[in-house]
Amino acid sequence: MPADARYPSDLLYHPEHDWVRLDGDLATFGVTWFAQDSLGELVFFDPPAVGSRVAKDDGYAELESVKAVSDVIAPLSGEIVEVNERLAEQPDLVNSSPYDDGWLVRVRVSDRAEADALLDAEAYRELLP
Amino acid sequence: MRTTSLHARHLAAGARLVPFAGWEMPVQYAGIRAEHRAVRSGIGVFDVSHMGEIETRGAGAAALLQRILSNDVEKLAVGGAQYSVLCKPDGGVLDDLFTYRLEERRFLTVTNAANHAKDLAWFRGQAASFADVEVVDRAEDYAMLAVQGPEARPLVARLLDAGQELPERFRTAELTVAGAPALVCGTGYTGEDGVELLLAPAAAPAVWDELLRGGATPAGLGARDTLRLEVCFHLYGNDLSESRGPIEAGLGWCCKEATGFVGADAVAAVRAAGPAETLVPFTLTGPGIARQGDAVRGGGEVTSGTLSPSLGIGIGMAYLPTERAVAGAPFEIDVRGKTRPAVVAEKPIYRPETTR
Repeated sequence: MPADARYPSDLLYHPEHDWVRLDGDLATFGVTWFAQDSLGELVFFDPPAVGSRVAKDDGYAELESVKAVSDVIAPLSGEIVEVNERLAEQPDLVNSSPYDDGWLVRVRVSDRAEADALLDAEAYRELLP
Repeated sequence: MRTTSLHARHLAAGARLVPFAGWEMPVQYAGIRAEHRAVRSGIGVFDVSHMGEIETRGAGAAALLQRILSNDVEKLAVGGAQYSVLCKPDGGVLDDLFTYRLEERRFLTVTNAANHAKDLAWFRGQAASFADVEVVDRAEDYAMLAVQGPEARPLVARLLDAGQELPERFRTAELTVAGAPALVCGTGYTGEDGVELLLAPAAAPAVWDELLRGGATPAGLGARDTLRLEVCFHLYGNDLSESRGPIEAGLGWCCKEATGFVGADAVAAVRAAGPAETLVPFTLTGPGIARQGDAVRGGGEVTSGTLSPSLGIGIGMAYLPTERAVAGAPFEIDVRGKTRPAVVAEKPIYRPETTR
């Protein structure tokens, strides 16, 4: 079942439709409701390797719907410490639960100050059509 | 952006509309996979009114079509349907087409939307050297609905006027569907049983409503693509182009060079010598989805690729060097920098139950 449109206020947002949940220097990344809705039913998540490094604003993974493939952009820089293994079997968790069960990766962030450039939920919503 | 006469119905059904060949068309409603399953197990209805129609009529109509279509038009009986390609003199494919013989001297050819203007100019240019033939653009006169799936024919049959019967596969008949005059064709692009309806645009919304009331699921171009790819039907612009010939595309069966059609000499030469590359269906043997334009390691390219909703794996079609285009042969695809193993499949990749 598709989730309803929402943008939780406890998350930070990147304009490329990614969210981050920060807990100390550990961050969880995912894509927003708008992103999953635009992509349609997701059928494949190609995760990065645990231990690899991601750079803010660069692609770090691919999400594929039946029709198309989309790069997922890192909202912060750091090192991948965990990937959501459930998505290998159930990539559509990103559709049904984009902020909870459909998280993509956990990252040890290298520069927390980068988070200052991210958006709060209200500012992100204003970017949406 | 042009819209079809069903635009308001698409909005009401929750369609996601996308630009396609100058038209705003539904890519999906509830979701590609659900629509795909509806067609494989029940009934789906597609608005394909963006497709064009060319009518060729007159005493010279059959001779003109025999000159430009690759198949043997003499074998096309009144009430019949025939698939062919339209070739340039060098054998490159201008379009792939279904032609219906409505009367002895009247034919209707369905074109791909993106190619319609080009095809029409080609028909007219070739017609100049034939007597007694008229080429008429009928694209504005027809909406087109494809009703497909194992339950599709019984549903449409219930909507016919009393005493009327649906045409068999690859046959066509002028009937009345839900009160609207329609050219009903036993053709489709999904591998399932079904019909295609050509009817006046103004009549299409009421017929659409009756089909939905009868249990048809609205299906978009997304599902149309996954359905056709599972059964290895070609898509012009992906698997066919002006720089590829019909033999390498596996369409030699619809080319009858003895008729002397435009491009026949080039096609005969490739048939005799063997094409350098051959289009094959494939499945990925690991994770991932190959897409149009992905390179094959060692030569060749993917021309269509998607996730098969029926099989749950990446599938597609690719041109491979002919010596490697053998069912069961493994090969590798560069999918955005990652090497994905694949294997040449048998046609069709998925075998629908209703047309087995």
